[in-house]
Amino acid sequence: MITRQQCKKIIDLALAYARGKADGIEVMVSASDVATSRFANNEMTQNQAPYSVGISVRVQKNGRQARVSSDDRSPAGIRKLVDNALVAAGFLEKDEDMLPLYQPSGKNGAAATNRSDAKTAKLGPKDRALAVKEIIAVAKANGLNASGVYSAGQSVHAIGNSQGLFEFHQETEAECSITMTGGNSSGWSKSHQTQADRLNPKRLAELAAQKALASANPIELPAGHYTVILEPSAVLDLLGFLWYDFAGTSHTDKLSCLLGKVGKKVLGDNITIEDNCKHSMQAGSSFDGEGVARRTLTLVENGVIKNLVHGRRSARDFKTEPTGHGVTEPSSMGEYPVNLVVAGGDTTVEEMIRTTKKGILLTRVWYVREVDPTAKIVTGMTRDGTFYVEDGKISAGTFNFRFNVSLIDLLNRVVALGPSERTAGEETFPAVVPAMKVTDFNMSSTTRF
Amino acid sequence: MKTGANMQKLAEYALEVANESGASYADVRIIHQESQVIETKDLAVAGVNIGESSGVGIRVLCGGGWGFASTQDITRKGLAKAIKTAIETAKASASCLEHPVTLAPESAYNAVWVSPYTKDPFAISLETKVGVLLAAAKIMKAVKGVTLAQGEMTFIREKKYFANSEGSRIDQTFIRSSCGIVAHATGKDDRQTRSWPNSFGGQHELAGWEMVEKWDLTGNAQRIAEEAVALLSADPCPQGVRDIIIGSSQLGLQIHESCGHPSELDRALGQEINMAGASFLTPDKLGNLKYGSSLVNLVADATARGALGSFGFDDEGVLAQKVYLVKNGIFTGYLSSRDTAHMIDLKRSGGAMRSESWNKVPIIRMTNISLEPGNAGTLEDLIADTKDGILFESNKSWSIDNLRYNFQFSTEIAWEIKNGKRVRLLKNASYGGITPEFWGSCDAICGPSDYVEWGLPNCGKGQPMQTMWTGHGASPARFRNVQVGMAHAVKGDE
Repeated sequence: MITRQQCKKIIDLALAYARGKADGIEVMVSASDVATSRFANNEMTQNQAPYSVGISVRVQKNGRQARVSSDDRSPAGIRKLVDNALVAAGFLEKDEDMLPLYQPSGKNGAAATNRSDAKTAKLGPKDRALAVKEIIAVAKANGLNASGVYSAGQSVHAIGNSQGLFEFHQETEAECSITMTGGNSSGWSKSHQTQADRLNPKRLAELAAQKALASANPIELPAGHYTVILEPSAVLDLLGFLWYDFAGTSHTDKLSCLLGKVGKKVLGDNITIEDNCKHSMQAGSSFDGEGVARRTLTLVENGVIKNLVHGRRSARDFKTEPTGHGVTEPSSMGEYPVNLVVAGGDTTVEEMIRTTKKGILLTRVWYVREVDPTAKIVTGMTRDGTFYVEDGKISAGTFNFRFNVSLIDLLNRVVALGPSERTAGEETFPAVVPAMKVTDFNMSSTTRF
Repeated sequence: MKTGANMQKLAEYALEVANESGASYADVRIIHQESQVIETKDLAVAGVNIGESSGVGIRVLCGGGWGFASTQDITRKGLAKAIKTAIETAKASASCLEHPVTLAPESAYNAVWVSPYTKDPFAISLETKVGVLLAAAKIMKAVKGVTLAQGEMTFIREKKYFANSEGSRIDQTFIRSSCGIVAHATGKDDRQTRSWPNSFGGQHELAGWEMVEKWDLTGNAQRIAEEAVALLSADPCPQGVRDIIIGSSQLGLQIHESCGHPSELDRALGQEINMAGASFLTPDKLGNLKYGSSLVNLVADATARGALGSFGFDDEGVLAQKVYLVKNGIFTGYLSSRDTAHMIDLKRSGGAMRSESWNKVPIIRMTNISLEPGNAGTLEDLIADTKDGILFESNKSWSIDNLRYNFQFSTEIAWEIKNGKRVRLLKNASYGGITPEFWGSCDAICGPSDYVEWGLPNCGKGQPMQTMWTGHGASPARFRNVQVGMAHAVKGDE
């Protein structure tokens, strides 16, 4: 993997070459070395070990800016990259909205987050195969089919600019997701961690297998409004559609469902959300797309919308300080909260089930899409472990449902919260969220399985 | 980027090393890609991103298992290292196999293929491109009530050299272009959006700058801006069961989700079940399932000129083909690959293995999945033939279950039709159903004059996720007794 020193050398070379040619230059180096073993029907189907390093420069000249990217790390390639960016900027009209590059104020910049694990970085194809064999053994022992992925590796991200900025972040990651299928049922589990030791593929396989077995011979329930227990993955893949509504730019562009609602009580008393890159269950760098240190920020406190996140341009427009959530510039998006932590409670999923007379337990939601941006209605499907809860017990697996729900309404009807945990889904990046029990969840139709 | 003879020599070297390392099969893809992405927001340039990427993807079979590795170090040393990784990875795969990989036979080709275009988009200045987008933005912003105007163009040139251990040597060049504009109107507790030529990035084609001229962004800016504002005060889409007409671009996405994905053979065999899902079109239904009405003919055509999902050869060197997925309403075929063909007794791959880039492994993807035109005339003829219905146009949201039965779509705009005429603008329009029932209710398809090959640039599949360029040709079509308006029916009592 490319080192801090190698990144610094690339960045310094680009800065030196651009001196006198550009008014400002920002250089980013990103690298990824994450290998993935895929399995299906109890055998390995794909096994990939890609490795890539990319360089990207943003130049500013005469009030214009352009970004150019390449993967040519040679000195000649870096010089060509800077030249191309200058040529591209020269073709553009003056950007009245452009800000000069970020100038770090403190000596130490963003306090680094240590998310690199030597053991995880060294995992190879044999290690991944061992994990896959363990998963397949659980499937076979239960008469099921296992499918899924086991991946591990590391990534690097560095940024520097002509204002004296240099930040570097290295991180390892390991992910395991498993679908166990039986004759007419399925179960799923997933975990994404910065250390492979935290994954426990066998335990994930057992969880998925339990769900597949428990949902065998599903019954078909009618569409309607149900009390629903959402496991953390289901919560995450729904709430992911709210995150951009906390971006300052989504408010200036009049795109947010929270327009005019900052400072007001919009969600239930029990909803508190923060963005906190330093949280022990979070991942990612401590600086944003322009190198600004990420701040911990309360977005929602007891249902009241407290803060928005701001990149530098949005902060200027709102006459406030940037919060360290800017995306790579230039961009129309502006900023994005990426280290979400939704405050939990102390009600376990088992306790939620025990206190439910009639309801549905959801393992996972799928293909969630926004259908109304202002009412924040989303649609989607349930899958891989949907259960009917009756008189405090899981009584059967059910056919899957399509839902149409307003996320604002949903977050006003949360009657119980589980402990927050690092959670991975498929619709958005991992976050720290709890299980939730909500009332009046609109299941609008069913499907055939 | 290595070119010509040098690149070919490196590919030969890589195949030789793979063979010496014990690979029973190997293929090498050397790819160079250039891209330009231009975004405007209101009357300013929001982003210009110019990219270049080169690398090699190497796939090997060893002990019956697949291994894949990639490298940006396009030298003998770099390739040898990547092959070592690919071989180790393949051996690890083989240790978790009960059924060694079997490849369907394919001829060896020595070919050069270039996608059709008349005006090289990389020869058009950034100034001209930005000028078109800003001119359209100026028109949209002049319409009272428009709160945000956006524009986007993307141009990609991809050069791909493929060589495999069976003797194929294939050189392909792709030029892809796209353009689109969007007008947003935000009112009190409501936001409405209109796009042109299509939503989510506009239209995408295997073509050059001529496609930008054809779609005439400035000529359509005023209309979509006025429609976005008019939607704020439009009536909501009613709830219930109605006859519906689906416009060409929305029908393209309907085909993508409800026919394209379920006919991918890897899904049908359960290989994608963990994330992208499986398929209700299981092999036992091949040749006997009534997928749609007898009017419905759906084809996977990788040879369609200018369509986004076309190519000369797929990413495992299989010649582009035209395969019927649904013929006269009956499910008849799959999108397939060399390693899945034998599982349903196909003699040959259907040629659908595609990879996003040099650092991703090829997987079964859609090519151009299209509905053949019918004989219902033009859209206006079809409206005139409809007594009581709703016309849906331009996608706003899409969702379908993991076996591809239950779908729900929303569109940016809709019109109520009464006695053969559009009588009322409708907002927040949605429709949904169950795939075979829905296609079974198709009773009219417009003719070739209204047929458009729509392009989708971002079809997601695989783990890690890959996006892909797919095409979907469609003329507007009518469907009887379809559930509408369910997306906004969210209130109720427990």
